[in-house]
Amino acid sequence: MLTFTIRRLMLAVPTLLFISLVIFLLLKLAPGDPMAQVPLTVPPEVKEKMREALGLGQPIHIQYLKWLVQMFWIEPQVLIDHFFGTSFSEGELRVISWQTRSPVMDIVMQRIPQTLWVVGMSYVVGVLIAIPIGIYSAYKQYSLFDQVGTFISMIGYSVPPFFSGVLMIVIFSVFLGWFPSIYDTTLVVDSWDSFLKQLRQMIMPVMVLALQTTAQISRFMRASMLDNLNEDYVRTARAKGLNERVVVLVHVLRNSMIPVVTVIALGVPAIFGGAIITEQVFKVNGIGQLLITAIQANDLPMVQTLTFMFAILIVLFNLIADILYGVLDPRIRYD
Amino acid sequence: MNMKSILMGAACAFALAPAAYAERGSDGNVSIIYWQAPSIMNPYLSGGTKELEAASLVIEPLARYDEGSSLIPWLVEEIPTVENGGVSSDLKSITWKLKPGLKWSDGSDFTSADVKFTWEYCTHPEGGCAQSEKYNNVISVDTPDALTAVVTFDVAKPFPYGPFVGSQAPIIQAAQFANCMGAKAPECTTENFNPVGTGPFTVTEFRPNDVISLAANTNYRDPNKPAFATVTFKGGGDATAAGRSVLETGEFDYAWNLQLAPEVLDQMAGAGKGTVVSAFGTLVERIMVNQTDVNPDLGDERGTVKHPHPFLTDINVRKALSMAIDRELLVEIGYGKAGRPTCNVLPAPAIYASTANDGCLVQDIAGANALLDEAGWVKGADGVRAKDGVRLKMLYQTSTNAVRQDFQALIKQWWGEIGVETELRNINGSVFFGSDPGSPDTFQKFFADVEMYANNFDGTDPESYMAYWACKQAPSPENQWQGNNMPRFCSEEYDALVAKYAVTGDINERAEIAKAMNDMLMQEYVIIPLVDRGRVSAHSNTLGGVVLNTWDSEMWNIADWYRVK
Repeated sequence: MLTFTIRRLMLAVPTLLFISLVIFLLLKLAPGDPMAQVPLTVPPEVKEKMREALGLGQPIHIQYLKWLVQMFWIEPQVLIDHFFGTSFSEGELRVISWQTRSPVMDIVMQRIPQTLWVVGMSYVVGVLIAIPIGIYSAYKQYSLFDQVGTFISMIGYSVPPFFSGVLMIVIFSVFLGWFPSIYDTTLVVDSWDSFLKQLRQMIMPVMVLALQTTAQISRFMRASMLDNLNEDYVRTARAKGLNERVVVLVHVLRNSMIPVVTVIALGVPAIFGGAIITEQVFKVNGIGQLLITAIQANDLPMVQTLTFMFAILIVLFNLIADILYGVLDPRIRYD
Repeated sequence: MNMKSILMGAACAFALAPAAYAERGSDGNVSIIYWQAPSIMNPYLSGGTKELEAASLVIEPLARYDEGSSLIPWLVEEIPTVENGGVSSDLKSITWKLKPGLKWSDGSDFTSADVKFTWEYCTHPEGGCAQSEKYNNVISVDTPDALTAVVTFDVAKPFPYGPFVGSQAPIIQAAQFANCMGAKAPECTTENFNPVGTGPFTVTEFRPNDVISLAANTNYRDPNKPAFATVTFKGGGDATAAGRSVLETGEFDYAWNLQLAPEVLDQMAGAGKGTVVSAFGTLVERIMVNQTDVNPDLGDERGTVKHPHPFLTDINVRKALSMAIDRELLVEIGYGKAGRPTCNVLPAPAIYASTANDGCLVQDIAGANALLDEAGWVKGADGVRAKDGVRLKMLYQTSTNAVRQDFQALIKQWWGEIGVETELRNINGSVFFGSDPGSPDTFQKFFADVEMYANNFDGTDPESYMAYWACKQAPSPENQWQGNNMPRFCSEEYDALVAKYAVTGDINERAEIAKAMNDMLMQEYVIIPLVDRGRVSAHSNTLGGVVLNTWDSEMWNIADWYRVK
């Protein structure tokens, strides 16, 4: 297992380098101009000067190499400095966003908390709801519960968050006035009162996102349980006189979890990617909103860094899913 | 506190309401939402409206425009003019006298050295300053004493109020930005996010593209202002959500720039929690009529003055295109309260507004048809007019935007009624307005027959704006397709007016020339104005003191805002 992991990690390095090059070239080839949002009253000569100040005049390979050095050499130093109070990175130029003229990673770190709170929480909530629903739906196939569950999953799949989110705002913020429609990212949770406030502002975005997660995972869980319920080992277990509880929750569930765990693990990078639409709807201003505003403003260093971070996470969680496979099913060995 | 004292307090507050701003910080927090989130607090590095407006809470210019477009002294004693001796008689220098006793928010003195430094900062060749246009022709800023700044120009400036005036050119603190000159400007993250200012508020926390927290400036010049102790300046989302948070849920006190369909805004305002305010500036949605041939077969000479347009060079066709448009209906559909029909490309300030072209306000399809008949354009079997084998078939481009696409569809229909076939095209705004000379889809290249967009000018003086349509401003391969004369209009007479305008000092004479230039463009029909677009914002009914100003930042008088008790 260990050699497998190490081999995979080694292989990830060229993969990620290639991905970074592809992202960089795609962004360069895409039409658009970082000065497009500057008002028309600013004359073109001035815009040209501003472009030069951003380093846009340099040849393309120099721009790419600069980014590589900043991302893989300078940024880790900054991280080390941050944790150990050293000063390796002093005076070095970090990856700078074109919109804000500040280091990209600082903004990313600022955005991570609200994204993890909202999107992460919704994932946990979604999974926690989905697994029991999936188990029970499969066990009582074609019962009323199963039918209702199928219907709700269908809705969760097909209703986009820009509709369900706005609908919730109109009902719960405008008519009922229970929850705020705008998320306050500056709220510091340090008392019972502020915790309740945080809870109230999180409920709507978390529910909107959890509906989607629930829909997806509960379907997988149900299908996987159904596959296993008809297996011979289940009949054997029942014949041995084990009670239903043990048969379903120990024998069947453990085997059914293998594909579901993969799906759950592969969904984790998406949490860090934020939820572009839901974040916009509720003004959560996390990573998703950061990415979309950067795309709109043609802020290439920001887009490049964010998409590359997603690439790292996806490669990493693919590996984790593979390892978990082996843990759950002892028959699977990679050596 | 018992019920009685609460009631007493409320009664007192009510009695004092007319003089509501009793003391600094007494009204708590005011929350403002800008659906485009500011990404920096230094307007010299951005140029975007959202950044200008956010920064205007903290840093201020020497003089600014009020809601009626007149110049008012802000950090100075009075507006220098030739009459009061502040502007030299050769119009080459202007002397600003700073108000004595002004302090920066860190407690240090505000002096003319800061004014001089601001000029040096923005004109540094490596800085990429977004507002360097404001400091054009300035050769020196002298500081004879701590309260006097003398700006010298290398040419006579009939309108010397570019540098240090308006929200685009605020004064930054020399001590803070001294190490941020030129290429170092972007590295000064702390300075760019937390500028020291003279304004009513200072930044306590800046989260780029998210939220800015501000607190009252303890060194602000008026000891009783601002009435609010803190400001939450939230960004992000969209205009609908911003409008909703002020007008329907009442979570926010002020929402900026609500470009929404008129009926949506009316419905929101119906909830009774807030008020919609609108005001007009110089922003005009217009159609540019290309005077050059954009046939791709022309290769490198496509869209240049070497090849005149096959039919849009006929003034009758251009005039008919304008006559066929119902501007009232466009306003009603696209802008509601936030628009009014216009027949001028220079609609304001009042002294510059011409009335010579108001005939265009009434749609006249029959007249347009008659005009084209008379000019020899004959309708074919397919309903499209032609003359000498040239068919009236046009490509009409604009940026991607719901209102613009509605306008395109309506105008296409009207032009169809006068026998002009129109093909529509919309281009993503960041490409259309981006001036990448490599892209064929920019509004400067204008590889279409007509194109629609909106533009305006900063401040109140239209000199550089009206110079856009001089011959030499036509975009072409020689100038890397930069330039503002999109129709490629070229007239010796117009160029003569541009030259005359640049050397005329008297305000009334200047107004006459500007009007004449506007009329010439309108009567040549190379620009077809459609809608004079205003600014629409909304504020909560509990927020007092808001005066919407389209000539400067909307936050220009935030020091005077207060909570209605």
